[in-house]
Amino acid sequence: MQIPETLRYSEEHEWVLVDDGVATIGITDHAQEELGDIVFVELPAIGAELAKAATLGVVESVKAVSDVYAPIGGTVTAVNGALADKPETINEDPYGAGWLVKVAVADPGELDGLMTAAQYRDFLAGGKA
Amino acid sequence: MNDTSAPPAGLARTPLSEQHRALGAKLVEFGGWEMPLSYRGIVDEHRAVRAAAGLFDVSHMGEIELIGPQAAAACQRLTTNDVRRLGNGHVQYTLLCREDGGIVDDVTLYRVDDQRYFFCVNAANIAKGLAWIEEHAGAAAVVDRSAATASLALQGPAAADILARLTSLPLSDLRSFRFARGEVAGMPAFVSRTGYTGEDGFELYVDAARVVDLWGALLGAGAPVGLEPVGLGARDTLRLEAGFPLYGHELDDQTSPLAAGLQRWVRLDGEDFIGRAALRREREQGSPRRLVGLEMRGPGIARRGYRVSFEGAAVGIVTSGTMSPTLGRAVALAYVSAALANPGTMLAVDVRGRSIPAEIVATPFYRRPRPAEPAAPEAQPEGEAAPAPGGGEPRVGAAADAPAAAAGDTAAAPGAPREGES
Repeated sequence: MQIPETLRYSEEHEWVLVDDGVATIGITDHAQEELGDIVFVELPAIGAELAKAATLGVVESVKAVSDVYAPIGGTVTAVNGALADKPETINEDPYGAGWLVKVAVADPGELDGLMTAAQYRDFLAGGKA
Repeated sequence: MNDTSAPPAGLARTPLSEQHRALGAKLVEFGGWEMPLSYRGIVDEHRAVRAAAGLFDVSHMGEIELIGPQAAAACQRLTTNDVRRLGNGHVQYTLLCREDGGIVDDVTLYRVDDQRYFFCVNAANIAKGLAWIEEHAGAAAVVDRSAATASLALQGPAAADILARLTSLPLSDLRSFRFARGEVAGMPAFVSRTGYTGEDGFELYVDAARVVDLWGALLGAGAPVGLEPVGLGARDTLRLEAGFPLYGHELDDQTSPLAAGLQRWVRLDGEDFIGRAALRREREQGSPRRLVGLEMRGPGIARRGYRVSFEGAAVGIVTSGTMSPTLGRAVALAYVSAALANPGTMLAVDVRGRSIPAEIVATPFYRRPRPAEPAAPEAQPEGEAAPAPGGGEPRVGAAADAPAAAAGDTAAAPGAPREGES
């Protein structure tokens, strides 16, 4: 189970990397593992305004449909269009080529509400059940 | 994402529960049972069954035996298909219907001999099916063998080669929808050439106390040719590609077999059975809705419960849907207004608020290539092959593979392991 130290994490198993006011968002290794083979991805339009915790998109595995929530609010500046043809990229590289969207962060303070890698590791170890 | 949760406690477990855990299976609740969803991954397991072979624990299915001089008559009264067509060692896909034609369960019926039959019933319907059968069995004795029987499904193009390593039964003589009693891996077994995947394969019924050994022997014998354990996730995608209905999705107490496209297994002009009068009326008046196959023609996957529309008006509902691993396209089964239920008709599925085009297509969505298959000769006329809802051409005869295995088979002959499943 990979949990990169450089990222921040939500309890809904999204990860965030903020660089110069732009947050790149994806789902965690744990999330892709739980979902299994991802076969379809639905992402927002560029320019869409997302509030923190709003539904950002949908990731579908063979078996299930799963909402992805915005771990941080802002304006969508980019979506990973390559996932339309190769949604399995999320399984293969959830923290890299499997990213979902980039968002211009509205309130950098929202980042403080997310977990560090160590906290997320503890969260996975304790809470999921 | 939403957290997937572990199965609740208190579920029934098959004798292979520990094996599933040791293999690292993801476990889920299904019909009151804790079952493996997948081991290595649904898509990989699905492909293994299409390319080589898969081994499924289907011990959750129930086996209910009818015994005695009145057994045949009881089976006929209880089921929609023609029991007279069953010889010893034959299996039939059939339905238990209520008086109003609603489906109590879809099952496979095994004839061991003229005084011994058994049903393989769906896991979630064991109690209901047993009560129904007992109520209508007349003078036949009814014995529930479900707990004492375990069953495995060995499915895929390599299934016969694998099984041949563990049995002296002449498998090349065992045609589709036939079964034989013999030894497999040194234990008594019912070997049935049936399945629920659209591939060639077998369902094996053995003593529940010995199934762990059989599981291990099969995995060992099959590993060199690519056999792997397969969970319910791929079982569902495989059956859906093959166009087989699943009880609780396409079939239920409120659904008639005619609406479900199962008329081939309903003998309205033969012997009487429970529900025949209602189904004859439905035949005359026409079913208001029909089960059809859909292929999505836009981005999106139709899922169970999604609405189907035609020119903006609601005309039906999706009962099962997934991304087909074999075809690479999203496919679904849906009930739609009978007037629209023709291949080629373009409908739309409401996918989370977006209307995505979906075309009615004939089922099965996937048909296995059968190159080197010895033609199964006499196909039973009207075979007992599996249902292909939605106007698919049911395959007949020989190649009739695909038993709609959804229903199980049951079995149990005395003394022999019984089980059936579907």
